[in-house]
Formats: sequence, structure tokens, C-alpha cells
Amino acid sequence: MTPNDTSLQLSTSVTPSSRLVQLGLAAFLGLFVVGFAGFSHISAVHNAAHDVRHSLAFPCH
Amino acid sequence: MSLFRNIVFVAALAGLVAGIGMTGMQYASTVPLILKAETFENAAGGEGPATAAHQHAEATAAHSHDEADGWAPEDGFERSAYTALANVATAIGFALLLVVASEFAGGMTGWRQGMFWGLAGFAVFTLAPGLGLPPELPGMPAADVATRQVWWILAALATAAGLSLIVFRRSVAWAVLGVALIVAPHIVGAPQPESHETAVPHGLLHSFVVAVVASSLVFWVLLGGVAGYLRSRFMRVA
Repeated sequence: MTPNDTSLQLSTSVTPSSRLVQLGLAAFLGLFVVGFAGFSHISAVHNAAHDVRHSLAFPCH
Repeated sequence: MSLFRNIVFVAALAGLVAGIGMTGMQYASTVPLILKAETFENAAGGEGPATAAHQHAEATAAHSHDEADGWAPEDGFERSAYTALANVATAIGFALLLVVASEFAGGMTGWRQGMFWGLAGFAVFTLAPGLGLPPELPGMPAADVATRQVWWILAALATAAGLSLIVFRRSVAWAVLGVALIVAPHIVGAPQPESHETAVPHGLLHSFVVAVVASSLVFWVLLGGVAGYLRSRFMRVA
């Protein structure tokens, strides 16, 4: 298959190890985003996301 | 990297929908209660009703807003815009985790299965951490924030692991271990403040806890449902 094939066909050709790497990468990205918005100790980030942190019951202050 | 790209696409769209929906729900429920609690928090720092209990609360409430100095959005539109932004970002992050987890189980087959994944997310990220560390309003005493964050993360991890053992390992022994994992963080116990006394009225807090749990439930079901629908439409083979 060429790299220009549709994602549908490409998905079937993903090797198990590449699949794990891509899933791991997506999970890492998710953890990073949630960690930054919900857990960062940077006060500007805390203040910007303040109401969200309280509303999602993240530990705050 | 097609799988990665597809997951990001599904998660970004689902997160956008659920994040915007969550912002609407928060402005209808939790945010007005937060703003009301802040009036008590600010009063506690000034010439509030100086009962003994109140002063005690002030002494333990070393985590008030004054500690979080630096830039903060202006009240009004700016604050709302950052709330919406943070909601969408958090929702995309949660959607990424949810879609990745579901891919290990073969992927969501549609919106209905997505909703069940959403319910699992609700159990892992709202119910389990919230049992030991209930939703808090500004101005309430709490233990050290870093310690609470560690417990929160461990509770979510243990619950996710426990649920997956119960659902995907078809044996009683694994199910028992799964339940034990889910219960373990609550036996250890979440870090608690020395005193729970606060100037925030109990009725206000109760309304807030209900609002947080109910809006989170809708958020997770919406996030999972949209992700499941998109996944079944755009990632048929994986």
C-alpha cells in the first residue's frame, strides 16, 4: 500500500508494535492535556481553569 | 500514523462537543454556586461574622485564593472564555484516554457502546476520586494540594484497572481482585484537612456536589456517545 491510501485501508495494515506506539502516543497526549488543564501548579493556568477545576472536582488550591 | 490521526480526530470532535455542552451546564449550575461561595471566601478574609468556628476555619484555610497570585482572567467574558477553553481542552484530553482505552477492547462500535465507555469514565474520573475528595467550593479547608492530587490520580488508576479486570477478564478471581482494586484507595483514605469547618454554608455545598456529579454524568455520557458515533463512522477498520 502507498502512504496515500485512505485511513481505512491503512488501519488494516498497521503492525501490532506500530499500533501500540500510536495508542501510547495518543494516551500520552491525553494525559498531558488533562494534566496541564487540571493539575498544573502554574498559578496562571490554575486561575484560567479555576471554575473548571472546581466543577470537575479536581483537587484545587 | 493513521491510527493516531484518527484517534486525535475523533477525540477532538467529541471533546469539542462535550466541552461546549459542559460549559453550558456549568453556567446553568456550578459556576453561580462558585461565585456565591467566593463572596463567603472573601468575607472570611475581612470583617466577617467572627465566631470561634469561623476563625478556626480561617486558620486552616491557608489555601484560599490569595495564595494563587499572578495573572487571572477578568470576571465576566474573559473568565467565561477561559472556562470554555479549559473545558474543551480537558474534554479532548479525556476523550483521548477514553478512545485509547476502548481501542484495546476492539474499539467502540457505536454511540450506544460509547455511552457505556462514558459511564466508565464517569466512574473512574468523577465517582472514585470524588468519594474520598468530594467536590469543593472556594474557601473550603483542604489538605495539601499535591498530596490530594496524588491520591486523586491513584484512585482513578485503581478504579480503571479494577473495572477492566471485572469487565474483560471472565473469571471470579479476577473480578474479586478488580473489586479489591477499586475499594483499596478508599481503605487507604484520601488526605483530609485538620478541620472541615468553613464559612461556606452547608446547603450551598450540597447543591454544588449534586450539580458537579450530575453535570459530570451528562458530560461523560455525551463525550462517550459522540466518540462512539464518530469512531463507528470514521474508523471502521482498526
